[in-house]
Amino acid sequence: MAETVLRLDDITMQFGGVVAVDNLSLEVKKGEIVALIGPNGAGKTTAFNCITGVYEPTNGRVTLNDEIIAENYPKGKMKALYKGENNGRYAKSVYFTPDAITKRGIARTFQNIRLFKALTVFENVLIAKHMRAKQNVFSATFRLNAKEEKRMQKEAMQLLEAQNLAHLKEAIASSLPYGLQRRLEIARALATEPSLLLLDEPAAGMNPQETQELTAFIRRIREEYRLTIFMIEHHMDLVMKISERIYVIDFGKLISQGTAGEVQNDQRVIDAYLGVADDAEN
Amino acid sequence: MGEKNLKNAGMKNIRKKNKTTALFLGALLIVAVVLELFISPTSSLAMLLTVLKKSSIYALVAVSMNLLNGFTGLFSLGQAGFMLLGAYTYAIFTIPAAERSSVYMYYDSAVNLSFPEVLETSLGGFGMVLGVLIALVLAGLAAAGIAYLIGLPVLRLKSDYLAIATLGFAEIIRAIFQWGKLGPVTNGSNPLKSYVRLKAFELNFGNLTISLSTFVLILLAMLCIGMIVLLVNSSYGRAFKAIREDEIAAEAMGINLYRHKQLAFCISSFFAGVGGAMLAMFANTVQANNFKAVMTYEILLIVVLGGIGSISGSCIAAVLFIFASEWWLRGLDSGTFLGINAPLIFRNGFRLVIFSLIIMAVVLFFRKGIMGDKELPYHIARLKERIKARHSTRKAKAGEQNG
Repeated sequence: MAETVLRLDDITMQFGGVVAVDNLSLEVKKGEIVALIGPNGAGKTTAFNCITGVYEPTNGRVTLNDEIIAENYPKGKMKALYKGENNGRYAKSVYFTPDAITKRGIARTFQNIRLFKALTVFENVLIAKHMRAKQNVFSATFRLNAKEEKRMQKEAMQLLEAQNLAHLKEAIASSLPYGLQRRLEIARALATEPSLLLLDEPAAGMNPQETQELTAFIRRIREEYRLTIFMIEHHMDLVMKISERIYVIDFGKLISQGTAGEVQNDQRVIDAYLGVADDAEN
Repeated sequence: MGEKNLKNAGMKNIRKKNKTTALFLGALLIVAVVLELFISPTSSLAMLLTVLKKSSIYALVAVSMNLLNGFTGLFSLGQAGFMLLGAYTYAIFTIPAAERSSVYMYYDSAVNLSFPEVLETSLGGFGMVLGVLIALVLAGLAAAGIAYLIGLPVLRLKSDYLAIATLGFAEIIRAIFQWGKLGPVTNGSNPLKSYVRLKAFELNFGNLTISLSTFVLILLAMLCIGMIVLLVNSSYGRAFKAIREDEIAAEAMGINLYRHKQLAFCISSFFAGVGGAMLAMFANTVQANNFKAVMTYEILLIVVLGGIGSISGSCIAAVLFIFASEWWLRGLDSGTFLGINAPLIFRNGFRLVIFSLIIMAVVLFFRKGIMGDKELPYHIARLKERIKARHSTRKAKAGEQNG
């Protein structure tokens, strides 16, 4: 059995009185492609944000390669407000900012593409190389880091070449067509040298042709960069084709999990997506 | 073999670069000295030197503000406060011991150390220059240090809130420096004077005096701006730009927001402090009362006019701004304006109206400032292209007519 890369234990995220993610537990194993699906507003992106440090979960624990990267329990105002389960199971409070999480090897893309719009394609990728560099302000300003800078530029260029973006190197990021912007965002995430890649709706707004290309692309980068991939997706054909396991959430709660076939035939999943027919119950 | 050639070419390139830099600096020195020599203080051109000096200072401070506002996307309005810190630090550490008692008339001077004086006694003229440089760096460090402390709480704020908070801190700094209890250090609300000014940079050959003051000031400003340019084009500069573009994405790419913002804030304040010290060298006295928020607004105006995110834009705008406000339009008040007798209606005060109208016109016609967020070489290249295109179309037309 492959080792577990990412593990969520009883993650609950509550905003005021709204429970966005409710007692979510899941794990992603090394080398897998796992999908998280669910109807609109089910809390998928919120779950991602809990993993990447954008939010501090209200309760629960996130573990990456045996290191706790987030753990929390209801405290302060939340003590009285908390509506979730497993209150009291966790007693520690661990929180890292998103950059610290990225440094630990989780890279992500965003649902609504967040490129550095006014910068060039090359700069977009090069910026992601900044984190792993050993230079400091002085050595960088006075060009004492020439070797490292050269290496960063070379690696960024290699990434662009591998993703077929090299010819667009000097183009402004926002001038790229939508599909390429998506691909650039993934290339930028890869530049942070991650072991786990989180993709938030990578196929959003793509036509079937582009979706098919993306499927092949995701498979390829998994092999090439030995990645584990955890993604949110709405395009069912992409999800069913590519993911080894699927988690389904609705209203923040995990309602089903398993392989594509298992999930597809699960009555609870069908109900969540299509709604429960009233007369069927009578 | 090929690699060696490449290396040699690289070395040659660097040597060539050094040569052009040396040539440029030499030319600048000659021009500055010639200007100083041949412009008599009574002629109407005498203003040129004053205005050149002041605009080089403002260019530096504007570029330092641009580093924050234009490149890191932090809207800060504390520049005058940091200039004040720099100016005071510089003045305090360069007042000669003999002059202390006359400067600190109502207090006992607490600091009795003058770097230029101490080093001059042991190293001569070179020591004086070294002392001034130490005082300048110290001025920058003082501003950067205070910026660090202010940054601790303030940099968690965003956009307008950050601007208000930094503006507030700048005013607090000004108030503290006028505080009587700090008199032994800051001389309270009385001006500091008799410190090492630009006049000190004179070479005496018998009865010929060559003043280097304009050259020194421009050189200092260029040196500092050069450093900022290097920073902006480095990996850190790219990280700053990433923060400006999208904070959330920058953070997800592993850029520590707080650390990088703090860094940009401190570096910007460092150069604002050096700019303040240069302003002290340029003026004859330093007084906290002169570093009001209005000064920050002037600098902000220069940054906006030049183009937010364009360093060459800030420099050009600084020169234009200072030249227009201090020299060209002064004629409107005194009677002659660019050699033309100005109508009586302009005299005394109308100058400011004209100046504001010009600024409004510039802002209306150059929405993103004179340079936008591009640098001078980009605009030159585009201009060349345009001329070329026009030339070739004309040629083509001529060819058509011939054929």
